[in-house]
Formats: sequence, C-alpha cells, structure tokens
Amino acid sequence: MAETFSGSRGPFLEEPLLFEMDSPGQCGVDLPAPPEVSDRLGGLERTAPIGLPGLSEPAVVRHYTRLSQKNYGIDSVFYPLGSCTMKYNPRLNEKLARLPGLADIHPFQPISTVQGALELIDQTAHWLKTLTGMPAIALSPAAGAHGEFCGLMTIRAALDDRGEQRRRVLVPESAHGTNPASAAACGFTVDPIPANGRGRVDLAALKAKLGDDVAALMLTNPNTCGLFEDEILEIAEAVHRAGAFFYCDGANYNAIVGRVRIADLGIDVMHINLHKTFSTPHGGGGPGAGPTVLSAALAPFAPLPAVLHDQQGWRLVEHAGADAAKSCGRIKGFHGQFGVFARALAYMLSMGGDGLRQAAEDAVLNANYLLARLGGELTPSFAGPCMHEALFDDRFLKDSGVTTLDFAKALIDEGFHPMTMYFPLVVHGALLMEPTETESKATLDRFIGSVIGLARQARAGEAAAFKAAPVNTPRRRLDETLAARNPVLRWRPA
Amino acid sequence: MRYLPLTEADRRDMLAAIGAGGVDDLFCDVPAAARWSGPPNLPGHAGEMEVEGHFRALAAKNLSAAAAPLFIGAGAYRHHLPAAVDALIQRGEFLTSYTPYQPEVSQGTLQYLFEFQTQVALITGMEVANASMYDAATACAEAAAMASRITRRRRVLVSGDVHPHYAQVVATALQYTGIEVELLAPDPLGLEDLIGRIDGDIACVLVQNPGFFGRLRDLSALAAACRGDGALLAAVVSEPVSLGLVSSPGEMGADIVVAEGQGIGNALNFGGPGLGLFATREKYLRQMPGRLVGQTVDVDGRRGWVLTLSTREQHIRREKATSNICTNSGLCALAFSIHLALLGEEGFRRLARLNHARAVMLAEKLAAIRGLRVLTPTFFNEFSLQLPRPAAPVVEALAERGILGGVAASRFYPSYPELAEVLLLAVTETNSDAELDALAAALREVL
Repeated sequence: MAETFSGSRGPFLEEPLLFEMDSPGQCGVDLPAPPEVSDRLGGLERTAPIGLPGLSEPAVVRHYTRLSQKNYGIDSVFYPLGSCTMKYNPRLNEKLARLPGLADIHPFQPISTVQGALELIDQTAHWLKTLTGMPAIALSPAAGAHGEFCGLMTIRAALDDRGEQRRRVLVPESAHGTNPASAAACGFTVDPIPANGRGRVDLAALKAKLGDDVAALMLTNPNTCGLFEDEILEIAEAVHRAGAFFYCDGANYNAIVGRVRIADLGIDVMHINLHKTFSTPHGGGGPGAGPTVLSAALAPFAPLPAVLHDQQGWRLVEHAGADAAKSCGRIKGFHGQFGVFARALAYMLSMGGDGLRQAAEDAVLNANYLLARLGGELTPSFAGPCMHEALFDDRFLKDSGVTTLDFAKALIDEGFHPMTMYFPLVVHGALLMEPTETESKATLDRFIGSVIGLARQARAGEAAAFKAAPVNTPRRRLDETLAARNPVLRWRPA
Repeated sequence: MRYLPLTEADRRDMLAAIGAGGVDDLFCDVPAAARWSGPPNLPGHAGEMEVEGHFRALAAKNLSAAAAPLFIGAGAYRHHLPAAVDALIQRGEFLTSYTPYQPEVSQGTLQYLFEFQTQVALITGMEVANASMYDAATACAEAAAMASRITRRRRVLVSGDVHPHYAQVVATALQYTGIEVELLAPDPLGLEDLIGRIDGDIACVLVQNPGFFGRLRDLSALAAACRGDGALLAAVVSEPVSLGLVSSPGEMGADIVVAEGQGIGNALNFGGPGLGLFATREKYLRQMPGRLVGQTVDVDGRRGWVLTLSTREQHIRREKATSNICTNSGLCALAFSIHLALLGEEGFRRLARLNHARAVMLAEKLAAIRGLRVLTPTFFNEFSLQLPRPAAPVVEALAERGILGGVAASRFYPSYPELAEVLLLAVTETNSDAELDALAAALREVL
C-alpha cells in the first residue's frame, strides 16, 4: 500500500499521544481565578512542573474521537468473545444511571436523604435473589473476581466460626484463572480436578479428592466449555456430604437465568457478573459489579455494608454489631458499584421475568445454531447441545499451517471481533464462540459464511494469507515479545 | 422485547437447522429436578417510558447535590465535570468494547490507557502506573500485599489518618494471607508516632495525604525512616485534585502511591464505581497487580500498544498471580484521562488552587463562629471542625435545612466518643460564595 504524506490511512488517522500535542499554557477548561488567601499548605506546595500537556477542548474531543475509531465495540460489530458475554448494552441504562438523583448523590449523605438509593439497591437485590432462589446477597463486590473473593471469604469465615481447619479448594482445570487466584488470596491451597471425556467434571475424580480438609469446590456452571454440568446434583451432594461448600462461578449465569434457579442446584454461593448477564457495559475493561448470592448458612458472614428496612425506612448497616455480628468485614470502599446496579436494574425492569428467560433461551439457541452450522466445517470439542457458547478446537486446522491465532486475526479483516482464543485450556487451540441473544440470525449467517470460507481457505493451503492478517486494521500484528522484554509503560519526553 | 432481535420464524428455522424439536431440547442437560418451569415471580417486560418513570420516582426520593449545597468529602468528591467527558465516554467504541485482548482492533483503548498510565505516574510523582484498580480501598490492600512480596516481611502498619474504609479493607483482605495488619487509632490531631513504630519486621507503612481528617503531612522523614529499616512507604491520596497543588507522595519519597481517581472525571454515583490508581517505582514492576499497557511496534514498524507483562496475572499464573483482579475500572479511567487532558498543566493547577482557596475561605468563616474550632491547621480542600455538641444531629439538622453539611466522624468511628463532636467538611470549586455563607448561617442556627 502506498504511504501517504500524513502517514494516515484515511479514515484511520494517525493520532499522536496527548503529550506530543502539548501546546504549553493551553487549557480546555475555563475556571475562575482563585481568590487570594493565605494558604494552609504548611510549606508542602508542589513547585516543580508536573508535565501535563496543554490542549484546547476541540483538540481533546478530536483526539478521543479518533482513538475511539480504532476500537471494535458491540455497537459496531459482532463480538462473539466466549465467556465474556458481549451482549447489547441498552442506552436507556446509561440515561437513567445519570439522573442527578442517582449520579449526583454522595455516599455519606444522611441516610434520610438517600432513601431512593437504598431502595434501588434493595430492588436490585430482590431481583437477583428471586431469580437465583437464594436467600441472601452481598452487594459490595466490584467485579467477578472480587465476588469470588467475597464468596470465599464468607466460606472461610463460616469455617472459622465452626472451628474447622479446611484449607483445600478444588478447582476444575477448565476454570477461569481468577478462581485459583481468589482461592489463594483467601489463604486456601488449590487442588485441580480433571474433566471427563464429555467436558464436564469427572465425578469419580472429584469424589476421590473430597475429604475433611476440603473447604469448597469452585465450579463454573454452565462451564467454560459451554456445557451444563449435568451431574451437578450429584456433585453438590458429594461436596456437602464431605462437609465442604459449593461455590459457583456465575460468569455464565446468562445461559440459565429464568430457567434454572441456583438454589435448586445445591449451590451455597455464586457471584453474578452484572456486566455480563445483566447488560452493563464492559467499558474497555470495567467497571463491573459482582454481587454474590449466599445460602442461609453463609449469609451471616457477608461483608459490610448491608441494606435493611424497618419502621424508619431504609437503613445502611456500616459496622459490625447486632445486625452484622459475624460479617467477614469490609471488602470495598463505600456501598458497592451503585452506578452499575442502576444500569442492571434498568435492564431487569425492561426485560422482566419473561424477557430474561427468553434472553437465556435465545442465547442458547444462537450458540447451538453456530454449533450446528459450523460443526461440519470446524471441529467441535464436545457433543451438543451446548449452552450459551460453542467450543471448537484446532483439529480442523491440522496440517494447514494456520493456527487458532491466525484464524482469529483473519476474522478481524472479515469485520468481526474474534472469538475467545486458547481458553479454556482443556482443549487444544480453543476457539470459544459466544454469540449472545442480542444478535440476529442475519448477523450469525454472515459470520458463519466468513468462518466457513476461512476454514476452507485454510485447508486449501492458503496459510500465507492468514499469517499476514489482519491487514485492514489501524495496526497490524503487534510485537508482544518486544513489549514484554523492553517494557515501555509510559511516555517520556524525548 | 426490544433487545431481542430473533423473530418467531427465526427461532423455528434455527431449531430446524439444529435438529431440535423445541428450545427445551437444548436444556436437556439440566437435571429434571432443577428445571424451573413456571415464570419467575417478577414483573413482566416493560417499555422505556415505564422504566424511566420507575427510576424517576426512585431518584426523587434522594436529595441530590444538584439540588442542595454539598460539603461532604471523606473519599468522594464532587467536582464540575466538563460536558466533553461524558459525551466522549459514551461513544459506543469505548463504552461497549471489552478488555483489549485483540490489540489490532483495540488501539483506541490501549492508547488511552497508555496515556492514563503516564498521567497517573506524573501526578503521583512515580515512575510507572497500571491501567487502574477497582477503587482506592482495594488498591491499598493490593499495595500492602505487594510490599510484603517485595520485602518478604509480614507486618503492615496503617496510620490512623487513613480513610477508615481503606483501613478496614486492608484488614479484611489480608486477614488470611499471613500478613499482620496493625491499624492505628483515628488521629485527627496528627499525634501518632509512625517512625517510632518502624522496625525490621515491617513490610510497609500506609499513610494518607491529605489525611482522612484533612491534615497535610510531609512524608520525607517517614520515607527516610522506612528506607533505613528496609520497609516500603505506601501513600494513598483520596482527593486526586490535591495533586495539582500539594507536593506528590513520589516527590516526598513514597515507594508505592495509590489513589482514588473518582474526583477527576467521574460523578459521585453514591460511591461506586470508583477508580483505583496504582503507581510505583520501575524496579517493582514485576510485583505490580493489574493490567499494564506497553508500547511496541507492529509488523510494519508502526508504533502501537499491547497489554503486557501478563505473566504476573491470574489468567496465566492462576494461584501464583500477583492479584486475582481481572476487570478493572477502564471507563472510569477514560473519564479521568479526558478530564485531566482538558485541564492540562495550567487547568489542573488552577483547579487545585481554587479548591484550596475556597476551603480556606470556609475555614476562616467558620473559625469566626463562637464554639467552632478548625482541628487541622493544614489541609487541602477538606478539614475537621470541632463542634460544641455531637456532630451527627447537627448534620441531620443541616439536611433538614437543605444543606448537605459534611459528615460526622462518628459515622466512621462509633466507638470513639472523643470524636463525637468532630465534623468533616469538604469544599470544591462547585461551592459558590452564597453556599459558603448559607452553611455558616445554618451552622449558627443549629448549634
């Protein structure tokens, strides 16, 4: 491709760093002159320049607009990133979360002035408890991994309360990396359990590992292979018989919401990723929210704060005491991800109980449609039906010279965000596709057309085209080894 | 159901392509005993008008800072948000993208995170920063754990002028890691002796500047004492705007600086989501928690950015990772970065000076009222006020007069009767002269 004088490949414009656009003294905000006062800084005033660049408001707006154009988002493309649940993020949620009565309230206002906020939190809790059938919920976790931490802390506190020294947590090999990391953060040791030939937990191996030193099983259900753990009732029974707790990673709860109640599966505790099942935006990596539903046995150990209702109205329990004597403590500042709750509640009210169930069914239908239509061309790892995502491995690329990574990069040129690659670790060269319920059949058909076309191209020996992909993006393949070997993590003046 | 694009005809065609008789067939792996047949006992789907009505009714039950002068800080600060910030973060390419795992189609997110990391390093006076954490409280816990990994020591000392929520989160998060957390008593008068408590077992000392009660602290001597005993100094900043005027913890010798970034670019949102900032020295890079964006080149030799050093992280290292964090506060980091870009060097310094000046004005007004005493001789935009009577009912009485007049220290420290009459007051550029006068007048009335 011919180089341009600007270096840009319009409409993708080369965009310098903020720091390279510095116009010293320029400012994009007009502020009044500070009144003259005798300062109270005690001689601790900053004297040296900070080094922040000066830019006008139009320059800043153009900078970020151009940056945005270098991204793929759900609003622009199909984003079948398995295990991440990239469903449509309704704009209504954004509008309502920004109402001044919700966005412009302070966490430490007198309780009498935030009754609506506490009621909103309680309504969110009510929906989540009703949908899961669980009696209690901890609302403060900031994300899924933080919910895991919260759940394991309540388990640890419950064990301490019983005077039990159980320190081993069983985690399937297919689990998200956060599961073992969260277990380690709570002082547990992690013991992996293998999968069976059907992509589920090997029940016999699990039973063999259970013992009086096992604190919990952490199981993702539906699991990361996109399959429902069909022996889950036997699993729960075995875990409980051994005196351990059953933790469920709720990352994939979107597949079963409205069709299966978590309480009916024998689960003691599960976190819910509001940024997955309940449509709050991922925002390029957050913020999320990981409210964690709890059984009656674990409820007393939930972290602070809690929202209660009595004759005086809504109340916030901020300290251990009569209302929270056994709480495991505080795990986050303030009162949880309120702005995320508002979005999730707007979604739940919009969908209703009927719509949430329909969403789960459509998510599963869409995934099975991908599995059925692609099953003949790609190599499914396990027999269907699947739940909300379809897992393939790289056998279909055998001897083609094309890897899962190459295949993913070629999909970018086709105008799709790639599926999740190389996860879960239990199959070789995994391609994990999660379409979600908010994609139309027409979109899926276009995607299927591209995937089938690429699979045939790979088998036809056109590996070189894959190795070059992507070619249409603002940047082509980036040198990750260089980035790690010689870390440059910030701009510095030349 | 407006978010669901499949038609009944689509569903029939797709079931046929799958070879399933009905959608129930797809759920055949769910044990029969666990199938939830009936519709959930919850309301049915609703249109935008109904949902909006529901939300407006909830919002109307709150007294928002848009409707009442607000003087509450204590870790969450209300600053004016330029219109461009919210307009830009709502672009779908930012709002609806995932963690930038595929760098070729995520250069927008990666570049703004690289810029964010640079901004955070600059304002904290540190060498490197990560791409954000959940909030300052959890970042404090991560800092303490990191210090323990680096020093191979198992004791953490937390100043009594650290935000009580941060201190509590550190204590909760570390309670099963074998790291001993020593929380000092609340210290509104700046009397605690941290240096005297440092010994060869301490992994880190955690201090806050400006302190929870408002006091500014010169960290230099403490940093030297830490260095002398092989401990690290971790400093937390709960009001990021202070860094435009107050010497940064990095300049004063801190080894790890964490902060709550909410005050720049982000609304109060009743306290969540927050934005944890995390910065340190380059030599501790590989012990850092959280995502890092690094610069590299593509196959054409063009500069670009990728997530890097992920061998520290849970998806690679699992139980041996530096942290379990995965999701962070990406969109809040974007808002922070845009606001700081709009401010620039001049604007950031001016905003900070404006906040300080207005707080000094309020402190002088209140000090002139009989019975009131400012407890913190130095401060940035928040100070502690000694009242002649318990502060909690005063706050209630002010709220009845339509003023959100600070927060009583007793809300955080119910078991310290000596703090019952202490009121924390914060002032920002959003508080007008008339609001300062209204607070002073109302305080005169209710005392």
